[in-house]
Formats: sequence, C-alpha cells, structure tokens
Amino acid sequence: MNLLTGNDLKTGDVIWWAGGQNWSLHVADAQDAGDEGEAILAREEKARRVNASYIVAAEMTDKGPMPLHIKERVRASGPTVRSDLAINTDIPIVGV
Amino acid sequence: MYEYDQYDQAMVDARVEEFRDQTRRRLAGELTEDQFKPLRLMNGLYLQLHAYMLRVAIPYGTLNSEQMKMLGHIARKYDRGYGHFTTRQNIQYNWIKLEDAPDILADLATVEMHAIQTSGNCIRNISSDQFAGAAADELTDPRPWAELLRQWSSFHPEFSYLPRKFKIAVIASDEDRAAMRLHDIGIQLVRNDAGELGAKFFVGGGMGRTPMIGPEIRDFVPADELIHYAEACLRVYNRYGRRDNKYKARIKILVHELGAEEYTRQVEEEFAHMKTLGLNPPVAELARITEFFQDPAYDSRARDELDLTDPDFRIWVEQNTHPHKQTGYAIANISLKPTGGIPGDASADQIDLMADLAKEYSFDELRVTHAQNIVLPHVKKSDLYALWQKLDEAGLAPPNLDLISDMIACPGLDYCSLANARSIPVAQKIGERFADIGRQKELGELKLKISGCINACGHHHAGHIGILGVDRKGVENYQLSLGGSGAEDVSLAKITGPGFDEDGIVDAVEKVTDVYLRDRTNGERFVDTYRRIGMAPFKEALYD
Amino acid sequence: MSKTVTFNDRPASDAAPVSLEEFANASNAAAVRIEPGEDVRDLLPHLERLALVEINFPVFGDGRGYSAAQILREHGFAGELRAIGDVLVDQLAYMLRCGFDSAAPNQPLNGQAVQDALNRYPHAYQKTSGTSPISGRGPIWEIRHE
Repeated sequence: MNLLTGNDLKTGDVIWWAGGQNWSLHVADAQDAGDEGEAILAREEKARRVNASYIVAAEMTDKGPMPLHIKERVRASGPTVRSDLAINTDIPIVGV
Repeated sequence: MYEYDQYDQAMVDARVEEFRDQTRRRLAGELTEDQFKPLRLMNGLYLQLHAYMLRVAIPYGTLNSEQMKMLGHIARKYDRGYGHFTTRQNIQYNWIKLEDAPDILADLATVEMHAIQTSGNCIRNISSDQFAGAAADELTDPRPWAELLRQWSSFHPEFSYLPRKFKIAVIASDEDRAAMRLHDIGIQLVRNDAGELGAKFFVGGGMGRTPMIGPEIRDFVPADELIHYAEACLRVYNRYGRRDNKYKARIKILVHELGAEEYTRQVEEEFAHMKTLGLNPPVAELARITEFFQDPAYDSRARDELDLTDPDFRIWVEQNTHPHKQTGYAIANISLKPTGGIPGDASADQIDLMADLAKEYSFDELRVTHAQNIVLPHVKKSDLYALWQKLDEAGLAPPNLDLISDMIACPGLDYCSLANARSIPVAQKIGERFADIGRQKELGELKLKISGCINACGHHHAGHIGILGVDRKGVENYQLSLGGSGAEDVSLAKITGPGFDEDGIVDAVEKVTDVYLRDRTNGERFVDTYRRIGMAPFKEALYD
Repeated sequence: MSKTVTFNDRPASDAAPVSLEEFANASNAAAVRIEPGEDVRDLLPHLERLALVEINFPVFGDGRGYSAAQILREHGFAGELRAIGDVLVDQLAYMLRCGFDSAAPNQPLNGQAVQDALNRYPHAYQKTSGTSPISGRGPIWEIRHE
C-alpha cells in the first residue's frame, strides 16, 4: 500500500493523508492512496493543506498501516531517543 | 565582545522584517515551496524529519549571558524546552513553527543575534577557536578578524547563490581547535618577518562525501587586504565551481580538479584586480572592532594555587580546564556529554544556569565549541570549586573533555531528514559501555565522532575513531574508521572494513581500544599508536 | 517574457541582443546576452559600443550572473545591465547592488513588491558595483570612518 506524508505548512507537524482533504498526526489514520498518490498530493499541496509531501511504501500490520522504511517509521514515532516527545512509541523502528 | 552599532542593528532588523514578509507570502500561497526554501534556509529554517528546525548563529562561538538567556527563552517559549549545540558553534531548535519563526528572529535581534546565513548556498557562520582571547598559546585574538569577515559575508550580493554552502574558520594558534583545515577557507593568523599580523589561507578543505584537507594557497595576506583576498577566492569559486552535480559543487572539488596551483593562479589574478577597486575596509575598521575584544578586568592578585583535595573536583579540573593566558585564571569547559545523554543537547534550565554562571564567574562570557560543548573562558581559579559544584548539581560536570565519551554526534535519523541511520543511540551505548571515568582516562585523548549519513555533519572523517551510519537494505549499519584528526595533526580516517549493526559497532569500538591498550608505547595517544602500527592489527582484532 | 522592470531612471534599451557567439561575428551588435557558463570577460574589449547586456538566470539559484554583472561594472561598462529569466522579487536587491539596472523576468513581478524589495535594506556591508537605493551612501565601514 502507498501512504502519503508531508508537513503541516504552518506548524511543521508531520502529517499523514487520511482520505479526502483530511490529514492526521497519526500514521494509524493513514489511508492507502493506491495509484492516486501523485494526483492527491498535487491537489493538496496546491491547497496548502500539506507541504513537502511524498509517497511512502507501506504494509498493513496488526498495528495498522506501517511504512516499510525506517525513516518513515521514525517520522511516525518521533525521535526514538526522546520518548517523552514521541507521537507513538509503539512503532517498531527496526524491521518487523 | 563585539557590540552592534546602529548600522548592524538596522541590517538585522531589516532582515527580520524581510523574513516576516516572505513568511507571510508563503503562508498566503504567493510563494511556492521551491521559491521559499532558499529564502527560509538563508534564515536558518529547515524542514526536518519531524518539524521545522531553526539554526541560530553564534558568530565565532562567542556570546554573553543575556544572549545565552535568550537561547533558553526561545527553547522554552517556541520549542520543547531544549536546544542542540552544533559542530559549527551554532544552536538548533527542533520543533519550530513556521508561523513563529519571524517572532523568534525578532526576539533574537533584541540581543544582537540572528539566524542569517546559517544555511543555504552562501557564506555561513564564521567559526573560530573557542578559547580565543583566553588561550595561553594564541598569537592574537582571532575574533576581530572573524567579525570583520562576518560583516563582509552578511548579505553579500555576489556570493549568496554560490554553487554550494561555504564555511570559513579563523584561528590564531598553532594548536587547531576549530578543524580549520577542514573548512572551505581556513585562515590562520600569523606574523610575517616584519612582525605584522596577517592571514595564511588554506582553501578547499571539507568533510562530506569527499573529505579533503585544504591546501595552503597563500602564506601571508596583510590585514588591509584580507577582504580583497577573500573576495578573489569566492569569485573564482562562484564563477567556476561545479553546478551540474550538487555532490561535486563544494570548492574542494574545484580546487582538486584545477589543482591548488592553478586555483591559486586564478585567485592571484583576481586579487590583483580587487586591489584596484578598494573594497577592503580600512585598517581603522579592524582596529575599531578589535577595541571590543579587550581583556576583561582580571584580578591581578589572583593566584594559581588550587585546593584539589576533593577527588571528584580534581578529576574535573585535570580534564576540563585549560591553561589561561592570565595568571590565576583558567578556561573551564562544560561538557554536554553526560553518560547516556544526547551529545550537544541542553535544556532551557541548563542554558539559563550556564548564563548565570558566566555572569558570576566568567566576565559575562561563554563560548560554544565545535565539539558541542560550552566554555566559560575566564574563570578565576579560586572560583573553580564553587563553579564545579553548581555545574555538578545540574548534571553539567562530566569530567570527560576530549575523552572517548566526549563524542561528536550529528542528530542522525532521530531528527534529520537526510540521515540514513541513527547516531544518538550509538553515542549513548558507547557512552554507557565506557561509563567508568577511570577507564576513559586510561584510554586518554580519544576523539570519537559519529555521523548518521555520508554528509558527515558528525565529522567522522576527522575522528581518531569515526563511525558512519549507512542504510543497508533498509537496516541501519555502521562503518568504523580510524586515524582521523581535525586538529593541527589533521588527517582523514580510513575505513576498517565491513560495517556492524548497532550493538556490533559498540563491541568494535571496544576491540580497537583494546588493541591500543595492548600495543601502545609510553605517552602515545590512540591515534599515535594507530599511525605507528597501521590498520592491520586493528583489522585482525575486528574481523578474524 | 514579461515587460522590463527598471530599478532606476535609466530608460530600458530596445536594442535586440545577440548571443555571445553571434556577437563575436557581428561587429555592429549593440546588445548581447550572456549565459551562465560564458566568460563575460570576452566582452571587455567591446564595452564602449554596447548599449545593453542581458544576463540570463535560467534558474534563480545559479548565481554566476551576479559575478558577471560585477565584472562588467568593475571594468567600466556604462550601458544597461538587465537580468532576464528566472528572476524573482527576493533576488532583486542583490541584483541592484551588483550593478543591474533592470530585469525582464519570465513571470511578471508585482510593482509594489519590487519597490519594497529594492528599498528593504538601508545600508550594505560591502562595496559593490551598484548603489543602495535608500541611503545612496557607501558601505557601512566607509560611513563609520567618514
């Protein structure tokens, strides 16, 4: 599956596309964009609902949609060395 | 310390308003991200893995208590209560909101600070020796020269869209505490035969994916021609530096491809032309700036005797203080490398405390080091014990300066969108493995430097022991290298062989230190032993 | 290309520029266009008969044109210097200070934004080929020691 991520233009928060015009702080809410990723991102960037966006390869797991690559897992979790600042400490960082 | 006049202040204030306008236009959709990105970068604002990151300049690493307090205030008000001191003597905040950035810059401007040119393809913050103005071994204080260069490089209309970023360091001691030869331009202040001060220029050093040691291109540039010469160096680069490939765009590649001799010839030709234009500020300007860097009012009765009966204090004094040029004073280093901590991070409370201690014990002055530590440059020896007690109470007295746990580490994949692997957890595990201070002291001076990608922000090429994090099929992997140095014995580290996983790299570091302990001769540092015995014994211990 | 925006009172030249290569073979051309990789020093023997030099910025991040402008001015070029191509409002002040008189950007510029950009900075730290529009004075170090 393909997830869409980027940053909120104003706050810089990492956000995940959650269908339609919706974006969420939590990767668990992310929707599969299928083959529509580029079209959706073009539309959402133009509307400034997301900034610096890109498509992320992912898989469905028992914890919900999960990026395949470590970089986006860290993006979804927050810094692994500051669990106090994390969004979700339950995200496996190194391989599932 | 340098103080702004009305002109300096007006320039910084204008920049704040310019960025406020640019931010407004971005938020209103009048600027695309592609157009806005170089503008925000030239104000130090990145978009990182989790949020915007703001890098604030600390010119040549010098700041006063009021400025340090402002750094704490920003951490508290606009960030999440902490900041990260970097290898270029700057501070970074990891959780900045774009809509707040103009206000932060406005707050900084009230204490004569800014984030101008802390990123982008322009001349970056000028770095220098953190012991400048205090070190017993310096020829002169390099900071007036650095300030002259700061002003010259600020908003330079010809050199703001260079092929790539451009870093300049200025030192004035034979001991190089600023990794001067690993900068795009490294300047060492020297005296000529007539006893006049001038600048020796090294051009084309750097780290990144193609590390190079900058060759000397001129042994003496007189004070009143410094800017002409720098202009000439930059113009040749701006015109001929590669723009077809960002990985080959730094000046080191140009100097390497042309050869130092041909590059020098072109610079000299341009220099001869520059001299006809009168671009150099008069010597009176350097003299004006120098007036701001006079010695503080030292107590001439201060004595060198020190009561070292407290054994913990004694270890800290031995490891973390450095000889001062003034009798009865010492340079005190505050290590931001506690066991298991994040190298270079400091909380807002710690930042405030360091500001207070600088006011109380160090003539209101602090420094930031390229090794991500803080310095109180002028502490009376009789005050050291009280200072140490207060630092210790706040977790700011690890007695580990220049020891294995005094690591340089980039933010790595925990924060950085360019990183391939995490750096901080490796630093933490190594710190814990070598937590025993007696063991660290037994290993002696050992510069360990960790980068989370090939861009080498963690200076791994210049580490006695260097670690480079790479992505191997989606898994973090760490390559070990040995024998680098960013000091006056500058050298580039060589990779040992295949990489290791996160726990494996910690074991590997221990193995190479064991080889050192086994094979060293009297008085040798780790890097000296490596240079004498070569790579083979280390490889044998690691891979056989 | 949108219409030419001028930074000063000099009227925009309507001479038609030729490429640097064409210029070498066309001894009567009064205007020439310089691309980033070209050596502007080739023009130095011909400055007196040039009414206009256009300097192309194919992408705004390629800063070679700033050096080209400075070199021409430093060698006494007195004709019009025009920036063309990917010229954005946020680069105009630097162009002005490197000696440009005008710009003909790919995308039209807002007139008020141009004025704001050109008048943003009251002073400059460097002595360059252009002038600062507000103070009209020399670099800060010169003012300090007047």
